[in-house]
Amino acid sequence: MRVLAPFVSAGNMVNLRGVAQGRQAVAHLRACRRCRDRAMQGAGHQILKRAMRAAMANIVQFENVGLRYGSGQETLSDVSFTLSTGAFYFLTGASGAGKTSLLKLLYLSQRPTRGSIKLFGEDAVTLPRARLPGFRRRIGVVFQDFRLVPHLSAYDNIALPLRVSGVPESDVEAPVREMLAWVGLSDRVEAKPPTLSGGEQQRVAIARAVIGRPEILVADEPTGNVDPDMAERLLHLFDSLNRLGTTVVVATHDFHLLGRIQNAHMMRLDKGRLLDPTGSLRFPPPNAPSGNPE
Amino acid sequence: MSVAMIASAADRRLLDESRGTRAMTWIMAIMLFLTVLAGALGLGTLSAAVLLDRQLAGRLTVQIVEAVEAKRTNQTALALAALRASPEVTRAVEVDHAKLAMLLRPWLGTDGADPDLPIPAMIDVDLGVASDAAVARVSAAVRVAAPSARIDRHESWMSPVRDFMAMVTWLAAALVLLMAAATAAVVILAARAGLETHRDTIEVLHMLGSTDVQVARLFQRRIAIDTLLGGVIGTVIAIGVIALVGLQLAALGSDLLAGLSLGARDWMILGGLPVAFAVLATLAARQAVLTALGRYL
Ligand SMILES: Nc1ncnc2c1ncn2[C@@H]1O[C@H](COP(=O)(O)OP(=O)(O)OP(=O)(O)O)[C@@H](O)[C@H]1O
Ligand SMILES: [Mg+2]
Repeated sequence: MRVLAPFVSAGNMVNLRGVAQGRQAVAHLRACRRCRDRAMQGAGHQILKRAMRAAMANIVQFENVGLRYGSGQETLSDVSFTLSTGAFYFLTGASGAGKTSLLKLLYLSQRPTRGSIKLFGEDAVTLPRARLPGFRRRIGVVFQDFRLVPHLSAYDNIALPLRVSGVPESDVEAPVREMLAWVGLSDRVEAKPPTLSGGEQQRVAIARAVIGRPEILVADEPTGNVDPDMAERLLHLFDSLNRLGTTVVVATHDFHLLGRIQNAHMMRLDKGRLLDPTGSLRFPPPNAPSGNPE
Repeated sequence: MSVAMIASAADRRLLDESRGTRAMTWIMAIMLFLTVLAGALGLGTLSAAVLLDRQLAGRLTVQIVEAVEAKRTNQTALALAALRASPEVTRAVEVDHAKLAMLLRPWLGTDGADPDLPIPAMIDVDLGVASDAAVARVSAAVRVAAPSARIDRHESWMSPVRDFMAMVTWLAAALVLLMAAATAAVVILAARAGLETHRDTIEVLHMLGSTDVQVARLFQRRIAIDTLLGGVIGTVIAIGVIALVGLQLAALGSDLLAGLSLGARDWMILGGLPVAFAVLATLAARQAVLTALGRYL
């Protein structure tokens, strides 16, 4: 398979043509909106943009975040950390430690019960409902339980983010086919999720998460159902996306993967609290801004 | 992002419609069948009432109730003269005595033919203007000329019929409104049930950045198609039934019922009902979906 060749040779930059195409289509749409904005705001826009970029050095910022489901104990307590734009993070922790809960806060499927969350430089806690879609389109998510739409084919599932963003149908097919090839599912284009194996479903979910080349990719146990070879391939897909500028957060139990990404950061959760050598509950520690995972 | 009300071909697959029952179509067919019948009844009685009004307006009957024949003849002549002198009167004709006797025969038997039996003289009057003031002026003039004259407006004889027609028209209008309300209620229930059925899909769509309007559009499209299809089926059947009833009415040959016919405008209104109901259903579904989605995060 042509597109998989560079992808399999570890360490090489993967040729993410499909992602780039999907990205282009989405970017084109954003650009149209931007032209309009610029026309309206004139010179003030440049200043605004510079300020935004400065704020965006940290794409995500959690301050003393707590999350409680119902009236029980807090599932997450005093979680504080920042994610730098363009960095790669692993999130680990025992089952039930709260990884999925933390990621849910990150991809805006849950609001915290206390604390503050900043996303793309804006307060995500008080974000009005009407602005959620715009934020969510900038975040790609691989759900732990995949959440594929069961009556849609693999093709249509992967095409969803582009269609939701309003990409014209003529610009959908090429990136989707490319993505299907990358995750090795070119021969299952029309298959519905219930007829796919667990690993195949997971790969469809990953393709769907990355096709719009989001600014943040959040992956919850993305390699839990695939063999080690495939796990490594998928990780390289994330790595390539990361090199194109996407901030990546991967929750995983798979310690094998941790050493595979150079300069990846590691966050550890224990019973709802973020562990870190200094005990300051902040990651990365200020004195180790881009160190290798220990 | 397009703001079209109707989703694209790809969107059409988003909600699993294969197992979707088409109950909505049949409910709408029944609703529109009943609504169109009620509408036809209302429009029919309305046009009959209008026709009746036009026929009766400005028509009077003057009776000269006088037992002595000589006096009766004299007063009739005076009344006729007074009537013909009034500018409002366009026509005043005495009803032929023989014809009156014939009309009365079913009640009076052969005795009605007895020339000694006093039968009031009657004058048919048409007024050019049908206003109450004109009627009052003419009545006053006749009474001065012929003290024993009694004046009846045709309108007042027919007013119970007229009231009945008005009641039927209002009843039909109320039925149409009730049907519209019931349709909206059914659609809202169906939309809520649909939201529950597709909850997982909607959650995924939300997570991928779909707006509520985008999600609502999926439901709108489906409800619009189902309700329009059902509505057209119901309307076509109802119009067939109305045509049959119309033929039966024509065969009866009754003057009063002949007024119960539908004009071109009435048919257009009836034909517009399924479209109006489909639009109503679509808007109700949209509102129900948007309201329900507001409770999601
Ligand atoms: N929707 C919910 N309602 C109530 N409790 C919940 C909910 N979701 C998670 N929890 C609880 O919160 C805790 C953390 O769950 P979470 O799914 O975040 O763990 P996790 O680290 O992702 O675990 P795993 O590795 O098994 O996926 C668990 O004790 C779980 O029971
Ligand atoms: Mg989890």
